[in-house]
Amino acid sequence: MTSGESVTVPASDRKRPHRLAVMLRSQMRNIAPFLTLICLFGFFAAASPSFATLDNLGNILTQISVTGIIAVGLTFVILCAEIDLSIAAIANVTGIAVAYFTLQESYVNIANVPMPGWAAILLALALCALLGLVNAFGLTVIGIPSFIMTLAMMQIAAGISALLVRGQIAYKVPPLVTTLGSTSIGGIPWIVIVAALMLLGGHLVLTYTRFGRYVYMVGGNREAAEYSGLNVKLILGSVMVISAVCAGVGGMLGVAHFGSAQQNEFDTYLLDSIAAVVVGGTSLFGGRGGIGNTIVGLFVLGVLNNGLDHVNIDSFLKILIRGLILLAALVINVYAQRLRERTAD
Amino acid sequence: MSAGLKPILELQEITKAFGGVEALRGVDFALSPGEIHGLVGENGAGKSTLMKIIAGVHADFSGRFILDGRETRFRSVRDAHAAGIAMVHQELSVAPDLSVAENVFLGNQPTNRFGFVQWRRMAREAGEQLKRFGIDVDPMSRLGDLPIGLQQLIEIARVLFSGARIIILDEPTSALSPPEVERLFATLKRLRDEGTSIVFISHFIEDILRVSDVVTVFRNGRKVAETRAADTSKPALIEAMIGHGREALEETYTHDIMLPPPAEKPVVLNASGLSLARSLRDVSFDVRAGEVLGIYGFMGCGQLELARILFGKLKPDQGSLAIAGEQKAFRSTAGARRAGIAFVPESRRDMLFHQEPVYKNISISVLDRISSLLLKPSREREIAARQVDQLRIRPAAVELDLGMLSGGNQQKVALAKWLSYPPRLLVLCEPTRGMDVGAKDDVIHIVRDLRAKGLAVIVLSTEPETVLSLADRIIVLKRGAVVREFSNERISKDRLLEAA
Repeated sequence: MTSGESVTVPASDRKRPHRLAVMLRSQMRNIAPFLTLICLFGFFAAASPSFATLDNLGNILTQISVTGIIAVGLTFVILCAEIDLSIAAIANVTGIAVAYFTLQESYVNIANVPMPGWAAILLALALCALLGLVNAFGLTVIGIPSFIMTLAMMQIAAGISALLVRGQIAYKVPPLVTTLGSTSIGGIPWIVIVAALMLLGGHLVLTYTRFGRYVYMVGGNREAAEYSGLNVKLILGSVMVISAVCAGVGGMLGVAHFGSAQQNEFDTYLLDSIAAVVVGGTSLFGGRGGIGNTIVGLFVLGVLNNGLDHVNIDSFLKILIRGLILLAALVINVYAQRLRERTAD
Repeated sequence: MSAGLKPILELQEITKAFGGVEALRGVDFALSPGEIHGLVGENGAGKSTLMKIIAGVHADFSGRFILDGRETRFRSVRDAHAAGIAMVHQELSVAPDLSVAENVFLGNQPTNRFGFVQWRRMAREAGEQLKRFGIDVDPMSRLGDLPIGLQQLIEIARVLFSGARIIILDEPTSALSPPEVERLFATLKRLRDEGTSIVFISHFIEDILRVSDVVTVFRNGRKVAETRAADTSKPALIEAMIGHGREALEETYTHDIMLPPPAEKPVVLNASGLSLARSLRDVSFDVRAGEVLGIYGFMGCGQLELARILFGKLKPDQGSLAIAGEQKAFRSTAGARRAGIAFVPESRRDMLFHQEPVYKNISISVLDRISSLLLKPSREREIAARQVDQLRIRPAAVELDLGMLSGGNQQKVALAKWLSYPPRLLVLCEPTRGMDVGAKDDVIHIVRDLRAKGLAVIVLSTEPETVLSLADRIIVLKRGAVVREFSNERISKDRLLEAA
């Protein structure tokens, strides 16, 4: 992109197909994940009669809800070209905390501190926000790369979880959390509604607010953002807190959804969330993508996980297949990035 | 084509488009052995694109590519290297964390028969080569610790001594001091006499005329002239480049400029006793409303650091800043912006968002003034359209991705973002570096307009012409200290260079 050549856009008809091609190329990042989704859906629908049913669609939605809630915040972080590896651990500790502050049945052997439901929820939210602030502090004030900072936080949050439950399992959470996590309204699970609302909220913030624009600009070119007089550290710190709070909400509802709070309960959600964001087409280099991409990514993952259960293959092979399909999606992601760069050259 | 020699390289009917926009249209180009071929043209005229085709960067073009009389086609930079073609790009591309010697031998370190790098031999040979080029540095020192100008010289040296038989230099002199330019030219001439073919792109037409045998002029993706350097002149080349003369151009290159007496306006910024590690020593100055202060010095004199202190990006070890009499200690660039300071760094890449549309690039610095929580895209576009219009940014399309604009127009966008809500103080680093005469002229007019509106402007540059054409008062920095101030007197390029 050195001395980018001068542009005089000719209006001749001869150019039109070419410009369409250019547009398609530059939209590759959004088109490719969507095509992946359609192909997967088509394949499983053809392979199994039980896959493409309304019931199963409901299953898929429910299955991706917790990942979806966590992925909202992660999308902000990845758009800034940072990473948050502590999301699953923070989700776990927040879920455990909300149970810790709730009166458990007598057979649960945890020295917990019962409180009113609203207080338990607020304390749990405060905890995840605090952990997010520590991430933000390490990243922006001390200057630890987010990869390392959140790796440490992953251990810290797991450690707090371990101390709170000491190997035991808690079952009770405040009524509001139980309702949102494990009941339905009009046939639609509350957790799906919460996930949809949070995704929508994330989308609105990223697209229509000044903060959202700053997130994209910081991710697009951090140096330029700084030289434009943006408070880059404040923005980076904010996304780390947003990520932790989204993870916390996902953790609380997840605990209600699973019906128990225990250690290492959310471990698979770390890779699932990152995969959802990146498979959807949000660039790991920042500045490109968004919640729309994350939603597509969530569905790719959801359809894949669910669909593999509907087709009759060796269950030990499924993990490998899942890995290969994710790899393919990532390869497409990187190529889409390159195509775009070439177009912008 | 000189002396009737058979060309070593011949390009015929080259056409290259980027995203439906033609950067080159049916260009013929021939390079003879043992020739220095100068290339001039405005930004976006197609020079760099053509050279990147030769260097294998762009593999996708139409036309014939004939090397040594055989039609060929490079698929990558590696192919071009293998064919003996090397290029020094406009932007520095070195490995700052490696040693000088490793940079000189990047990609072909001497190894023994077990494949281990022969460090001592590498250091010795690198040192010898650089010395031949007039650079005396410890070959084992870390490259990133050296001044930028020196880094650029070392990058050039690497290519010059790589054994390539066709060498392309894209704006090699913009970061070099005059003695460094002399050494470069002497080396180029020696290599030419040894039979190497060299393509030399520059905006400095005097340089082109001094060093080239043949000069080719590009305009709008076409070759408009090719002539022996001895048979042409600067005005003739400029005429060919832009099609018509420009007035500020004359001014820029006049030999004597009269600096006005100091203005009686209020002081906007007072810097006192600024010091920073190894870069700045006790720098004090002030700048008044409606005044352009030029800060001149060679590469590495501390300008870059000084500019970053003014914009809150670096904190001085000692010294203080006062805006309109009020002491300020910026904790971030956001603080400096809120205090009414605007900043344009020397590198466009650090200032702009290439994948975002022009209007977002312009509105970014004023978003907090035009919107609180929610964005107002229509207002942003309106502001951007006004700036695009006032600064004559072409094409005048605010939705276009910034990366599609030419370098000069990008530089204008970097200015435009600060002008919709005029700041109190504008800090410009190298505002005209790498720009063609037309765009330079535009920038000069923009800065003069702003001065007339009462803005204080600081222009930091390593190019004497830039400072001379813009400043009302000039201070000269040398190794981090102010060594001379010019005010209310006659000044010429010679006197300025002498002071540095």
